Amino acid sequence: MAKATDVKLIDEFGRRHDGRLPEEMRPVSMRINVLDNADGSALVEFGRTRVLAAVYGPREPVQRFMILPDRALLRVRYHMAPFSTAERKSPAPSRREIELSKVIREAFEDIILVKYFPRTAIDIFIEVLQADGGTRTAAVTAASLALANAGIPMKALVAGIAVGKIEGVLVLDVDEVEDGVGEADMPVAAAPDIGKITLFQLNGVLTREEVEKGLDMALEAIKKLVELEKQTLVEEYVTTEEV
Amino acid sequence: MSEEAKTRKLVVPGERLPDEVELKEPYVVEVEGARVATVMGVLDLHGEKPSFIPLQTVYVPKPGDVVIGMIQSIGVMNWQVDINSPYVAVLNAQDFLGRPYNPLTDDLSQYLNIGDYVKAKVVAFDRSRSPILTVQDKGLGKITEGKIVEIQAAKIPRVIGKKRSMITMLQEELGCDIFAAVNGRIHIKCADSERESILVLAIKMIEREAHTVGLTARVQEYIQELKKVKGVE
Amino acid sequence: MSLTPFRVPIVPELRKSTILSLISKGLRIEERDLYTPRLIKIETGVVERAEGSAQVQLGKTQVLVGVKVDVGTPFKDTPDEGVIAVNAEFVPIASPMFEPGPPDENAIELARVIDRSLRESNAVDRKSLVIIPGQKVWVVHVDIYVLNYDGNLFDASMLATMAALIDTRLPDYEELETGEIRLKEEKKTPLQINKIVTTVNIAKIGDYLIVDPNLDEETVADTKLIVAYDHEGNVVGIQKSGAGSMTREEILKAIDIGSKAARVYFKSLEEALGERLPVKIG
Repeated sequence: MAKATDVKLIDEFGRRHDGRLPEEMRPVSMRINVLDNADGSALVEFGRTRVLAAVYGPREPVQRFMILPDRALLRVRYHMAPFSTAERKSPAPSRREIELSKVIREAFEDIILVKYFPRTAIDIFIEVLQADGGTRTAAVTAASLALANAGIPMKALVAGIAVGKIEGVLVLDVDEVEDGVGEADMPVAAAPDIGKITLFQLNGVLTREEVEKGLDMALEAIKKLVELEKQTLVEEYVTTEEV
Repeated sequence: MSEEAKTRKLVVPGERLPDEVELKEPYVVEVEGARVATVMGVLDLHGEKPSFIPLQTVYVPKPGDVVIGMIQSIGVMNWQVDINSPYVAVLNAQDFLGRPYNPLTDDLSQYLNIGDYVKAKVVAFDRSRSPILTVQDKGLGKITEGKIVEIQAAKIPRVIGKKRSMITMLQEELGCDIFAAVNGRIHIKCADSERESILVLAIKMIEREAHTVGLTARVQEYIQELKKVKGVE
Repeated sequence: MSLTPFRVPIVPELRKSTILSLISKGLRIEERDLYTPRLIKIETGVVERAEGSAQVQLGKTQVLVGVKVDVGTPFKDTPDEGVIAVNAEFVPIASPMFEPGPPDENAIELARVIDRSLRESNAVDRKSLVIIPGQKVWVVHVDIYVLNYDGNLFDASMLATMAALIDTRLPDYEELETGEIRLKEEKKTPLQINKIVTTVNIAKIGDYLIVDPNLDEETVADTKLIVAYDHEGNVVGIQKSGAGSMTREEILKAIDIGSKAARVYFKSLEEALGERLPVKIG
């Protein structure tokens, strides 16, 4: 395996290994209503990263002990398909998947209007079909679309993106190669319409100033992603209107 | 695009609505003094006052609603009834039978078995307990004939139409009895299976295209075409 | 699978309003201000059998960390580095809310946040943990044991982890002809520590940010931001933990507030470890 010092990930013209500029996202694609059985679903791609989200509910909780008297209970599962990675990933939930399920759930607790559906459960199931960096933020983006597709009342749409630092440069939307050797990876999810950051992590070393600059880069990109979500949602209905 | 279409706009979750739009929790809520849509819907600027019609809703029972329920399980003293909602309803044996009930001698499955449909009224629900149903009113009780068509609850108002325009058209075209319950289940009774199948297709078309304009006319055209094809008078 | 917590302590409305009204006056239950951690007590060498250990009290929260080392093989992608593995156990003796069983999502999150903060900052020199390159390395197991839970396990656990790592002594060993490594009784080589790292847990309650929330404060908090700092002032890890959300300004303010509180934690490590502290804290 190549080591950090062997590869240049930013060339003399400031371009990244796949030709992108630092503030450039990979090509993003969004589709909703991709699964029949789910109340809502979405497939989101950032480059080769491909994530599927399905939403069920609000429905009667599977187990009685999960009933909350004053709000709906959220259940989130972030899971990677065994074939999504270079080496087969065991389908049993890893510690990483358990942690990411938690932070993704917490990215929606303040967004979904849970208080209107006490004693019910809302389930968000996420499957990473192919992993090439940025799967948790793609998962949040897919979940936001699937929730909207399912008609679950929410305060605003949410999207996510990661900012990384490679060879001293802050870059948007890191892929797996960049994440593997970079100095930092900072995933952010936000609801720009209400100015709320709902997921925020930093793995790596940054100065206070870099955190601020990186956060602003992410928020700028998230605005564009939410616009794309809106377009995706509206188009789904416009196409059926042309009768 | 028709004039009517220009006054209708698709709205996404989190989008601000004009202040005149009525609060309709949880689909239209107030966030920092502004009206906000929380689900996909249509903003209709056509009438006197702008209104918001959600494309999808979750059926949450209200006392007084007449629903079509399906028996999901049988308890000692009652039936648990699926009313197409996250909240499973309860129909008490005493209410259904209209007389005191003895669990030792009465076998509830003889009256309503699992999978049976029942037309019932919601008498009580406050979200902290299961909704309670009654059949003690005119026209309520076990559904013994006809078919049940299930659609999204949000599309029921469209099946009925403004001033019952859609449902009246359906009845006139096909001569069927139609009862569209608020919980997304429609009970239909037709003279023959040809009419029945045309009606089912028409209802599914309304569900699919509920957010579009000029729908009543298009559905009528569709029915007339199908009638011609199938040779229905 | 992650579920909305349904076994949460009940904070009576009255106690909640007490907390909130104190905070609005810039005060806390323990008679401290919003940005000062509770009293800190750090002890090292508390478990003789372990290669390193430390017990930390942060107010009424108590955490014990034991470090055990053994010889293992390096990861395929890092043949010239040793291994540090962090695990956390919320043992049932620590709180009526903790149940016996494998670590839940909170314990896993805690361990992973601490693990990442150490790894990304290169706090422990992993290259110095190599015995035979590509074949034999030291595997350093950090086990976090919560003894009494009164909020903010992050900061208490990170302090205890750091103190236990500084306390750790690797066993002497000899390499046998077969290539096996035989450990001796004697332990005297300290780990090579490059950076001192601490986390600061900043809770958001309404419009306020507070440092080192106790259990009641944590229970009523909208959300928490855990920021890890090294002793040179870099940010070496962040985790938003909790159901609520924060604005951009709140996040940046939290990072600034946290960097001041981090100095309190560094100072307490310095006081507890004295000359044994491997780096100078500015």
